[in-house]
Amino acid sequence: MSLSAPSEQSALDVDDLHVTFGNPRRGSLIRAVDGVSFSVRRGEIFGVIGESGSGKSTLGRCLVGLLSPSGGGVLHDGIDPFKFSRSELNRHRRKYQIVSQDPNAAFDPRMTILQSICEPLNIAGEGTKAERREKAFAMLDRVSLSAEMANRYPHEISGGQKQRANIARALMLDPNVIVCDEVVAALDVSIQADMLNLFARLQEQFGLTYVFISHDLRVVSHISDRVAVMYFGKIVEVGPAHAVIETPLHPYTEALRSAEPEIDPTAADARQRIILQGEIPSAIAPPSGCRFHTRCPRVRDICRTQEPPQRELLPGRHVACHFAEEMLGEKERRSLGLAERNAAHQGAAAQGAEMM
Amino acid sequence: MQQLAETTMAGQDTLLDIQNLTLSLRDQSGWVEVLNNVSLSVKPKEILGVVGESGCGKSMTALSILRLLPPRDSRLGGKILFGGQNLAACSESQMNRIRGRHISMIFQEPMSALDPVFTVGYQIEETLQRHFKLSRREASERAIAALNSVGIASPRHVATLYPMNLSGGMRQRVMIAMALVCEPRLLIADEPTTALDVTIQAQIMDLLLGLADRTGTAIMFITHNLGLVAQSCHRMVTMYAGQVVEGGPVRDVIAGPRHPYTAGLLHSIPDSNRARGTLPSIAGRVPSLRHMPKGCRFGPRCSYSMQPCELPQSIENEGVEDVDRREVRCNRWEELALRGVGA
Repeated sequence: MSLSAPSEQSALDVDDLHVTFGNPRRGSLIRAVDGVSFSVRRGEIFGVIGESGSGKSTLGRCLVGLLSPSGGGVLHDGIDPFKFSRSELNRHRRKYQIVSQDPNAAFDPRMTILQSICEPLNIAGEGTKAERREKAFAMLDRVSLSAEMANRYPHEISGGQKQRANIARALMLDPNVIVCDEVVAALDVSIQADMLNLFARLQEQFGLTYVFISHDLRVVSHISDRVAVMYFGKIVEVGPAHAVIETPLHPYTEALRSAEPEIDPTAADARQRIILQGEIPSAIAPPSGCRFHTRCPRVRDICRTQEPPQRELLPGRHVACHFAEEMLGEKERRSLGLAERNAAHQGAAAQGAEMM
Repeated sequence: MQQLAETTMAGQDTLLDIQNLTLSLRDQSGWVEVLNNVSLSVKPKEILGVVGESGCGKSMTALSILRLLPPRDSRLGGKILFGGQNLAACSESQMNRIRGRHISMIFQEPMSALDPVFTVGYQIEETLQRHFKLSRREASERAIAALNSVGIASPRHVATLYPMNLSGGMRQRVMIAMALVCEPRLLIADEPTTALDVTIQAQIMDLLLGLADRTGTAIMFITHNLGLVAQSCHRMVTMYAGQVVEGGPVRDVIAGPRHPYTAGLLHSIPDSNRARGTLPSIAGRVPSLRHMPKGCRFGPRCSYSMQPCELPQSIENEGVEDVDRREVRCNRWEELALRGVGA
């Protein structure tokens, strides 16, 4: 199932990861992350897209060791952090930071921004007090916050400024990987653009690896090299960001893209709108077969009973759908030698349409 | 109130006409001006988009129309004409007959707009019984029909549930059912889909526009999502720092914005068709209410700002009345010739 063999280039290797909550005996087991595999190269920006309840935040927390996996594993640069003792894990985790969505909840209201930013170094016991302060001011500068912000309290600065301070704090321990969980969701568009630029700049300056989690297709596709689309605890599609957004291979990705409001009126006219019916199903009783079948516009009988395996349909593009071939353009089909089966597929598609 | 609806129907070409609306609010440190000379209009059955960042006065305009501001700590100036009646001068009892019946509102966070201790069915019935002479049974039937019309599969069951039993998308459907149950002439939708996932957002927008079309309700749609405006509105206005800075037909504004703020908002949205790289952004933030810049309020953040911008900017109108009318609050719009999105 591993999407690419663990190599020396990988910053993160996720193999068949499961995270569950609740108690199976009481019938309340929730599989928040249910068999997810991917790897992230060093210096790569890996996007994760999904709706609320898809398990993307649980995945993010598990990647940095804030949650332990219930099955499968995560390798940090080839090292398994969950084999460590508590204190070793705490030390190791410094290089794997997470920045979360709500900057208002991320700061202690009784500490100044400077005190909050120095906190990671205080806990790690690194440097003298003067060195910590010096580093904090350097980081504030990197995130374009003026030094006068340092002595303010969280309520005295704006949401965008708080999110910058939040990033500065994550950078204090010179991390290798930063998981960005909905970092721009709470911000206005103009500030959001500023933040995305900042993330891109910091990535270059520090050679960081990001896992960029968001529900916003535009945001993820703008910043990421590769993206994974999550639905109900599983990855339904992985591939290069541009390809996944432009020519989705999974009906869910296609629906997400179509649900995104289009600004350019000519592009909006050209596009076929798909409005998914229903909501994400109950986490306690997941649907049988393909988990998307309850909302999928292309659903057939097999989808209700058999779970589609994940496969590499095109080089570097993995998808978990029985009928992903139907989503391919003419050119890709020919390259896969599918041209002859074209007619048969169209027949099947027509049948599917009747069933709907 | 019946006459009001009729005068509105009787060929008047504006449903809501806000003229030079000024709003001041009072807090511990005294009065502060929140809205400055806001003028905008909504025609019957029209969908008007109102865009701008947080703190630009979008929601304050909506709350002023419905007079939902604390009477002691707010001061309204100018006129809010609705079907010929000036809402800014209406008494509380007159307003009570208008709210929910002729103008209703949907809020961003449905959980805080619904009462947690009553069933959703009861809350819809309450709205109906307030405005129409109906028996409990009739009201209950109409409430169930309303829940059915917003695509709720088992309305009889859902009517007996409390808001906490429903998902965010379902709550917003209930809010829409409640807002449209009296078939109002105007619906104010304040960020109705911001708290929802994109696929649910698409469902809710589709539903809202379909229902409004059927009942002939006009919508004042407040959002920061320009994509939604492009997709669903006829005309739009951009608000900045308590003022309207641009207005016009949606397609024209998006293809050729005239105010640098509208252009900035348009270009700061990541676009998958555009090459990856630095996103254009608007430096700085909305000025604080107590420290408004002199002259153009957008001046300190505007990349085109120059000497004449320190003069107060007035709204310039252009185009024939109604359909293609455009307005802009920028003295330099002609020489700037800003770039839009699309054709």
